[in-house]
Amino acid sequence: MPIAEKDLVWVQEPKLKWSDHLYLPAIAAGLQTTIKHIFMPKVTVQFPEERPKLPPNYRGVHRLNRDEQGRVKCVACYMCATACPAHCIDIVAAPSPWPDREKYPETFVIDELRCIYCGMCEEACPVDAIELTSLFDLTGLSREEMMFDKEKLLSVFDRTVAAATDPIRTSRGPLGTASELPKEG
Amino acid sequence: MADWYRAHTPVVWAIITIIIMMGVLQGVCAYLILLERKLCAFMQDRIGPNRVGPKGLLQPIADGIKFLFKEDIVPGHVDKILYFAAPAIAVGTATLAFVVVPFGPTRMPPAPPQPPAATATAEQKAEYAQAQQTYAREVRAYESRYQFVIAPRIDIGLIFVFAIASLAVYGVILAGWASNNKYSFIGSLRSSAQLVSYEIPMGMSVLGVFLLTGSLNLERIIGEQVQTGWWLIFLQPVGFLLFMIAAFAECNRLPFDLPEAEQELVGGYHTEYSAMKFALFFLGEYTHMVTTSFLLTVLFLGGWHFWYITSIDLGPIAGTIVKIIIIWLKMTGFIVFFMLIRWTLPRFRFDQLMGLAWKVLIPLAFANLIATMVVLQLIENYHANPAWRWILLPIGLIMFIALAIPAVWRPSGRRGGTPRVTGTPAPPLASVP
Repeated sequence: MPIAEKDLVWVQEPKLKWSDHLYLPAIAAGLQTTIKHIFMPKVTVQFPEERPKLPPNYRGVHRLNRDEQGRVKCVACYMCATACPAHCIDIVAAPSPWPDREKYPETFVIDELRCIYCGMCEEACPVDAIELTSLFDLTGLSREEMMFDKEKLLSVFDRTVAAATDPIRTSRGPLGTASELPKEG
Repeated sequence: MADWYRAHTPVVWAIITIIIMMGVLQGVCAYLILLERKLCAFMQDRIGPNRVGPKGLLQPIADGIKFLFKEDIVPGHVDKILYFAAPAIAVGTATLAFVVVPFGPTRMPPAPPQPPAATATAEQKAEYAQAQQTYAREVRAYESRYQFVIAPRIDIGLIFVFAIASLAVYGVILAGWASNNKYSFIGSLRSSAQLVSYEIPMGMSVLGVFLLTGSLNLERIIGEQVQTGWWLIFLQPVGFLLFMIAAFAECNRLPFDLPEAEQELVGGYHTEYSAMKFALFFLGEYTHMVTTSFLLTVLFLGGWHFWYITSIDLGPIAGTIVKIIIIWLKMTGFIVFFMLIRWTLPRFRFDQLMGLAWKVLIPLAFANLIATMVVLQLIENYHANPAWRWILLPIGLIMFIALAIPAVWRPSGRRGGTPRVTGTPAPPLASVP
């Protein structure tokens, strides 16, 4: 569609005054700005002595949450594994030993090196079982070491809750709607 | 042995000074690189290197070790002899230009007597012979004291510096040519055009200094400023500005940085150089900066002189140390100014750069020279009436403002530069069905 003439704005270069042509006042103004910045506080964070201030929804290492009785919250519904763009979650479901849920994950392995830390699994989980913490300085000595299994993910939970760095973000009550038993009748 | 020393004292002192100043200069250049990194970091709201040593003070040593141990790659397609000669020339000429520059307290060198005209009387000829003997005695007395110059009493000091700095252009040209790489070649051509163009304003801007002091001997120039107490920056403000701008260009320093423009030419003429040879180019550039900063303080800021402080008699050692501190502080001030400008201003485009040299700086230098000559002519017997020399300062400022405007005016229209958008709109756009 052609642009209407009335919508066109013709822009002219600003005309320079004679003092602008000398460039020296502009240079002095520029020097004023940079010299001012020499004395302003610096934004550098001296890692590893200082830790950076992370925003509350920072996406770091995953953890599997426990409920109040200390059992793993995950019901092995495969929502996170389906949502993951990098296909890094591997779950094997099993009948749950507890009466209030049908399934529980027998094994739950996340390959932390494949993960792109997008947070889709956290958004997909209906029972708030998987969350991304603010741990970012993750190291390992081998690729096998970086495939976190269920025990490791639960241990991340224990450590972060104990250190109070990542409070539990569950908002839906004890287990969420997906874990309720089907209505009778 | 002692006799030989007494007969050749200046030579021995010169050799010792060379040895010490070579080390000092290169150490200063290495630490200037650290100063530059810290200063640019502070201007960009960050801290520079601070991990190696306290506050990063051992960083230049780490850099030096890195340059020494880095693999020295010589590409197969380069011209071997010129490839090795180029950084040597760059660094050699930069260091050689430092030879006549004073870096500490100096004394006014004795002036040779005027030879009599051919029609002089016998009395005048006897006077001249007497004056020659006095001169020889003064020279011996002068040479028996240590001077803080590697080569003292060189009467063409300033021309020597400019001549050697011109030779530095060879280093740049050869580097680009020998690299056998078209981007390096473009960089070196631009650099040589820039260096050659800016040598002219650099030489012409100090003609005012030459007229006022009557000598090119750098120690005598300092001596004149000490005697009259008037630093030449007050008497030649335009000359100072022109010399400083030309010095920026001679050191290939932003805003005249196009030959090394990393964004455009990869590395310019030193793309193909690795490790030590690259370090030599860097060292050459920083040595140029140090030399021109010293020249700026010696020519325009009175060198080691400071109005009240240096006239107090503190004794030989303390007085010398105070003067050394003063001149080095002034020099460091200029270097910090070089760095501030580098990290503040955007780069000149090449045609703007050449236009500035030929169309702005050279006319201004001419005007400065003519103004100085006129004032000196009007104030008769200038050296006997020093009180009138203050008039040069407002004349210089007025002349600069009055002459700079037409010199830099870019009239609107195609002749002045890039075409501007005019008020008439384009023909109506064709409608798309």
